[in-house]
Amino acid sequence: MAEKKLRVLVAKPGLDGHDRGAKVICRSLRDAGYEVIYTGLRRTPEEIVNAAIQEDVDVIGLSILSGAHNVLFPKIMDLLQDKQAGDITVIAGGIIPDKDIPNLEKIGIAKVFLPGSSTEDIVTWIDKNVKEPLQDR
Amino acid sequence: MKKNSPPKYELKQIYSRWKKEKFDKAMSNLPFEQDKFTTISGKKIKELYTPADLDGFDYSKELGFPGEYPFTRGIHPSMYRGRLWTMRQFSGFGTAEDTNSRYKYLLANGQTGLSVAFHLPTLMGIDSDHPLAEGEIGKCGVAIDSLADMEILFDGIPLDKISTSMTINPPAAVLWAMYIAVAEKQGVSPKIISGTIQNDILKEYIAQKTFVFPPGPSMKLIVDTFEYGSQEVPRWNTISISGYHIREAGSTAVQELAFTLRDGIEYVEWAVRRGLDIDEFVPRLSFFFNAHNDFFEEIAKFRAARKIWAEVMKERFKAKDPRSWWLRFHTQTSGVSLMAQQPYNNVVRVALQAMTAVLGGTQSLHTNSLDETYALPSEEAVTIALRTQQIIAHESGVINSADPLGGSYFVEALTAQMEKEAKDYIKKIDDMGGMVKAIELGFPQREIADSAYWYQKAVERKEKIIVGVNAFEMEHSPIPTLKIEDQVARQQLERLKRVKQTRNNTEVKAKLIDLKKAAEDNQNLMPFLLKCVRAYATLGEVMDALKEVYGEYKEPITY
Repeated sequence: MAEKKLRVLVAKPGLDGHDRGAKVICRSLRDAGYEVIYTGLRRTPEEIVNAAIQEDVDVIGLSILSGAHNVLFPKIMDLLQDKQAGDITVIAGGIIPDKDIPNLEKIGIAKVFLPGSSTEDIVTWIDKNVKEPLQDR
Repeated sequence: MKKNSPPKYELKQIYSRWKKEKFDKAMSNLPFEQDKFTTISGKKIKELYTPADLDGFDYSKELGFPGEYPFTRGIHPSMYRGRLWTMRQFSGFGTAEDTNSRYKYLLANGQTGLSVAFHLPTLMGIDSDHPLAEGEIGKCGVAIDSLADMEILFDGIPLDKISTSMTINPPAAVLWAMYIAVAEKQGVSPKIISGTIQNDILKEYIAQKTFVFPPGPSMKLIVDTFEYGSQEVPRWNTISISGYHIREAGSTAVQELAFTLRDGIEYVEWAVRRGLDIDEFVPRLSFFFNAHNDFFEEIAKFRAARKIWAEVMKERFKAKDPRSWWLRFHTQTSGVSLMAQQPYNNVVRVALQAMTAVLGGTQSLHTNSLDETYALPSEEAVTIALRTQQIIAHESGVINSADPLGGSYFVEALTAQMEKEAKDYIKKIDDMGGMVKAIELGFPQREIADSAYWYQKAVERKEKIIVGVNAFEMEHSPIPTLKIEDQVARQQLERLKRVKQTRNNTEVKAKLIDLKKAAEDNQNLMPFLLKCVRAYATLGEVMDALKEVYGEYKEPITY
């Protein structure tokens, strides 16, 4: 059986245009052997969740530097639940104050990567925590 | 005296001998790879520079004197003896009231100019009640929806005395119109107000990605501001051609230099095509660079920038007014160089970066605050950042002499090398048909993404060391950060609603129709924008009217 590659959606919610990090992550994940889909900038929670479902991804990586994470992340998590896609692993990175992290973890964000995280850390984390591609929905 | 300096060829021989017998021998037992000594941009640096590295160097041609062509040593004869750089901290958060009190605090503490940070909805030209504004109100800057907010923002701040820089791009002309309208209300003539609008759309397509309209209409609007400014607001800098964001997006120092100057050339070409007189608008163009970590590379970049621009204006565009040859620039220390780990170390990074800007001859400077990897800066953090500039200005002694590093073999060799490499890029973009064409081809975007990826990998391989991140790591306790309260959004939405209820809505509608008509007829839009904002049309309404005429830019998704 051909090994199915893990599929990762790198998504940019929020109005900021800082895509340096997201693009570096995309390339690094691709080089690590994942299938990578990048949403482009300024996607609404609805657009992100729809893209994740259509693309049948195993992981969503949210990159945000605008400060709107406390509003937008819960919306994304709720929408995933509503659409029976709560089994997708969601990770995040960007400008996120330490004190916001416990609450983000409570709503189901599996891991928040802070500035200075290496792309290797992210790959290692995904390899360890998302072992199998999800079954087709 | 002549006897003491050996001729160049002889010096080269002496150098080879020294390198072989002394330097290589000294290094042979040490565990360093010679090619690890590079700048942060990956540029190889020699172990030593001597006059042999400045072959054919002609003092008057390469350097000249401060205030004289080619301005390598600075644009003013007296440099900082005559006047220190403007200490201008970029600032804005929450509501107009919140930011107004921060401005008064900064001015009371010795800041000498204002710099407005708008929240993201304003930067994108949408109102606070737009669905995409949810969660963003007042977060990254101050919320400005209409003239009513702008009046509060500058309440009690005399616009005839204070200069204001506004970081705003696609909606720059609209926010500028609001500023002019506030000045009028204060009884201050537009002829004497001074400041800057960033208004640089090219670097948005290239790097920062805050775009609304497609390139053609965007460039038209910018040329409108050049034209209007040179007639009606003669002390205003109608653009700040920015390398800052190009660098933040991951470019090398040379790419920052080259793409910024080529953007400048593009704006001049479009304005000349409109029929504007070079010497009427070019003196109001200003620049904005990044001050990054690599000390000498940054200083060389600033010096090379002045020299190339002077040459481009004089030779390529035949500008006659020496003020058209001046590259005047603002500098901000590098945001991406700040680290979340052991954040107090950022104070030191900022001080070194700020020093490069001053040694490079900047006209104004923003120093970042230590807590900005977490949030907008707290008052305490921003005070340290401002004090950093004051310490450089008043304690370090670096202001005493103009261009103090001029003549350093290393700095001159590096300046010349960056000049050459930047010119190669400029030529390449000329050959593509200009910067708008190059952007459509994705050229600068790809170059930057490649550099960003290279740098990230170099850090992960520990070829580039970041203290506290990939070396000397330790736990640190959390630092206090500024939190934007949720009530900000409520207050802002209430005010916006009130404005829409109390203004003359028939007049607003009429002015918006006039604006659309003027856009369709390809007229200069500034007078029409002024009429819209004076009637309290909101930013979103004005931008929507223009979107109907101009359409919206869609970025090709690449990584």
